[in-house]
Amino acid sequence: MSAAVSAERSGLFQALARVREVGLFAVLAALALATAAINPRFLGAQGVKDILEDVAVTALLCVGETIVLLMRQVDLSISSILGLTAYATGALFIAHPAMPVPLVMAIGAVGGAVLGALNGGLVAWGGVPSLVATLGTLYVFRGADFAWVKGAQINATSLPGHFLGLATAGVGPVPFLALIVVGLIALSGYALRHYPAGREYFALGSNEEAARLAGIDVRRRLLLGFICCGAIAGFAGVLFTARFGTVDATAGTGLELHVIAACVVGGVAITGGVGSVEGAAIGALLLATISNALVSLRVPAFWEQTIEGAMLLAAISLDLVIARHTLALMRSGRRHG
Amino acid sequence: MTDGTPILATVGVSKSFGGAVALRDVSLALHGGEAHALLGENGAGKSTLVRILAGVIEPDSGHILLNGRPQIFRNPAEARDAGVAVIYQEPTLFPDLSIAENVLIGRQPRRRWGRIDHRRSTAMVAALFAGLGVALDPARPVRGLSIAGQQLVEIAKALSYEARVLIMDEPTAALTGEETARLFAVVRRLLGQGVAILFITHRLEEAFAECQRLTVLRDGAPVDSGPIAGYTPSQVVRLMVGRALETLYPPRRSERGAPALVVRGLSAAGVYAGIDFDLHRGEIVALAGLVGAGRSEVLRGIFGIDQREGGTVHAFGREIPPGDPRAAMRMGLALVPEDRRQQGLVLDLSIIRNATLAVLRKLCRGPFSSPAKERAITAEWASRLKLKFRRLSDAVATLSGGNQQKVVLSKWLATGPRILLIDEPTRGIDVGAKAELHHLIAGLARQDLAVLMVSSELPEVLGMADRILVMREGRIVGEMGGALASEESVMALATGQEGALGPACDPA
Ligand SMILES: Nc1ncnc2c1ncn2[C@@H]1O[C@H](COP(=O)(O)OP(=O)(O)OP(=O)(O)O)[C@@H](O)[C@H]1O
Ligand SMILES: [Mg+2]
Repeated sequence: MSAAVSAERSGLFQALARVREVGLFAVLAALALATAAINPRFLGAQGVKDILEDVAVTALLCVGETIVLLMRQVDLSISSILGLTAYATGALFIAHPAMPVPLVMAIGAVGGAVLGALNGGLVAWGGVPSLVATLGTLYVFRGADFAWVKGAQINATSLPGHFLGLATAGVGPVPFLALIVVGLIALSGYALRHYPAGREYFALGSNEEAARLAGIDVRRRLLLGFICCGAIAGFAGVLFTARFGTVDATAGTGLELHVIAACVVGGVAITGGVGSVEGAAIGALLLATISNALVSLRVPAFWEQTIEGAMLLAAISLDLVIARHTLALMRSGRRHG
Repeated sequence: MTDGTPILATVGVSKSFGGAVALRDVSLALHGGEAHALLGENGAGKSTLVRILAGVIEPDSGHILLNGRPQIFRNPAEARDAGVAVIYQEPTLFPDLSIAENVLIGRQPRRRWGRIDHRRSTAMVAALFAGLGVALDPARPVRGLSIAGQQLVEIAKALSYEARVLIMDEPTAALTGEETARLFAVVRRLLGQGVAILFITHRLEEAFAECQRLTVLRDGAPVDSGPIAGYTPSQVVRLMVGRALETLYPPRRSERGAPALVVRGLSAAGVYAGIDFDLHRGEIVALAGLVGAGRSEVLRGIFGIDQREGGTVHAFGREIPPGDPRAAMRMGLALVPEDRRQQGLVLDLSIIRNATLAVLRKLCRGPFSSPAKERAITAEWASRLKLKFRRLSDAVATLSGGNQQKVVLSKWLATGPRILLIDEPTRGIDVGAKAELHHLIAGLARQDLAVLMVSSELPEVLGMADRILVMREGRIVGEMGGALASEESVMALATGQEGALGPACDPA
């Protein structure tokens, strides 16, 4: 095969991998413009800021969940991890109001990592299917949260102003919160694509047996994946408190399914091996935009869940169609076997 | 060559799987510069020995010597780092990663800050492929590659380790003559560089042509070993199966019945076009050609697994709707696929479940299945095909590769087809079972079954087929009577060197 043909075909396959992100962006843009046509305030500075504030925490959680989904596992416990570190953040600031924000963030991430390690240990060494293991820890962590918090609540008034500023202040309409999240998404997306460790998550989810034969330490990789996911969820808990100010023992309840939905809408395959954190984040952005668009169009709130569900089904059907077509394309495009 | 310490050796290695002995006291030495053939029937324990040498499983007793020193490989990475490269019987690739990543996983070239240099990896793999004469795009994902394509990727991967020991478990099973020849050219070069090679195959002629030494396994125990020059093929067969074997192909039938399958103008963009032929009752027609000529695709198109874009297919006078395998099955067609792992078998299900998957409806009484009937049918085919198993309720994953292939065959033969489409039917099947299978198929053809067969093994094509259709680049380029064709005439048509044609050919 000549180099020219080879180069052209490589471009094709790389383009195919990007189709999903571009398509999602198109849907997103169309939706935003259509809504703005009816209600111009939707794309005003405040409107954009609202959406970004809403989506930041979810999009961040999507990063961790994507890593786990890539390995063909799932982590349901992220919302409970977030709940714990969200409350811990408030409690820390009440006890030590002068505490530097980065230190609190680090504490959140480390705490989350420890809880993630528990998940990873159960899956990698205990051999418990991740669906069951993390369903268990979802309740255990939440239970611990209730036992600790009891009926208490943390209010914005007891948190330092510069901490709350993470969500309220920013560059133009973009809050600092969103900037941090975008930075983390870009960083982790790059790492997943360009570092051997990142590629191992894809390999593991693509064919675990082959991963083992290729000399990948499957257990270690699983453990690290869950630790990353936990750390990110823990960090997200800190941002959650900055965003909402009010935290009680139920903080973040139910977020895990919303996050998984966003990942799937964003093109992360539930069957492992396929997807990107950028795609997942766009998925989250799309869902958040829809929910804000519905509000600004004064559509009753109960429609939101129906639409989220429909988006999910549409995304999965689209995946099947794309998968079938690429497969046909590859079969017909091949010369040698 | 055999003096001096072997690079890799096993000493008295035994292994059983839950009571079933797979290996019994096997000692085997691999010397540098020597190709060692490991031969034996399906289920003899060859792949199990490979997995022990590769550090995938640990032996129950006995040990491995590396350069004469005892060595324990706790996992495949340790074996690889010690210089042992392995091509496993079943491809072990990552469908979602690119070919380049599959070949280089774990040792990609790096850029600054430890990043993977994707461009350089693609170039490295392209260079490897060029040396092997493989025309695959290293940047494409592995998903969608045929078995032969996957096998070529595996070969490139194993060669790229530049290992001192190369273990190949049936690397040629899915390849045609051309690719096989290229592989052997590389193998000879490696032997010259002092690499030790362990080579497993069911094609004895390959072993005799390429190897200097052989070991025969029977039921897990080594029955003989020595320089290959001291053996004849029939001796080896006798050692493998424990008795002399009739390797003659079944006699051909002269008369043929009414048309069973009529294919007109079949086409699928970019894959094949203008496919016209008739298949008669009681006739065996072979589609010959190089890998990638579109043979398997034609079968899939007829059966309706892939959509076809033009043309018609009639079975017994009625049109088979495109893209509807269920309708094809109702009309008496069966397709034994090429890729048993992805298309033929559910590995975690039992032998019975797999063997009766395609006939479940027929066996059911109302909504209930009938376990007794399922067992009876499975047992019957198991004995006709000489399946080697422990219990019919065992998962198919625990069978040896050749025995998995037999389960695929029984699954489709149990449907009692009137037209059998069969893709590489004897891939990975040992000589004894292969002869049985040939007789079985010929016998079914005598009872009016129409057979359309794709096979990369020319002797099989020449021995079995009443007629041979040769395909090249998606078209039928010639047809010849099975009795008149020769390997040379078929290859000449398949590769397009028509100057070499003999009188037997009848280019269409
Ligand atoms: N994981 C397993 N569990 C149970 N039995 C097994 C397992 N792996 C292999 N066996 C059994 O061990 C025996 C040897 O199998 P092996 O795969 O080594 O055969 P082989 O010589 O490679 O045959 P083939 O030519 O068909 O590939 C077979 O009877 C097989 O059923
Ligand atoms: Mg084997």
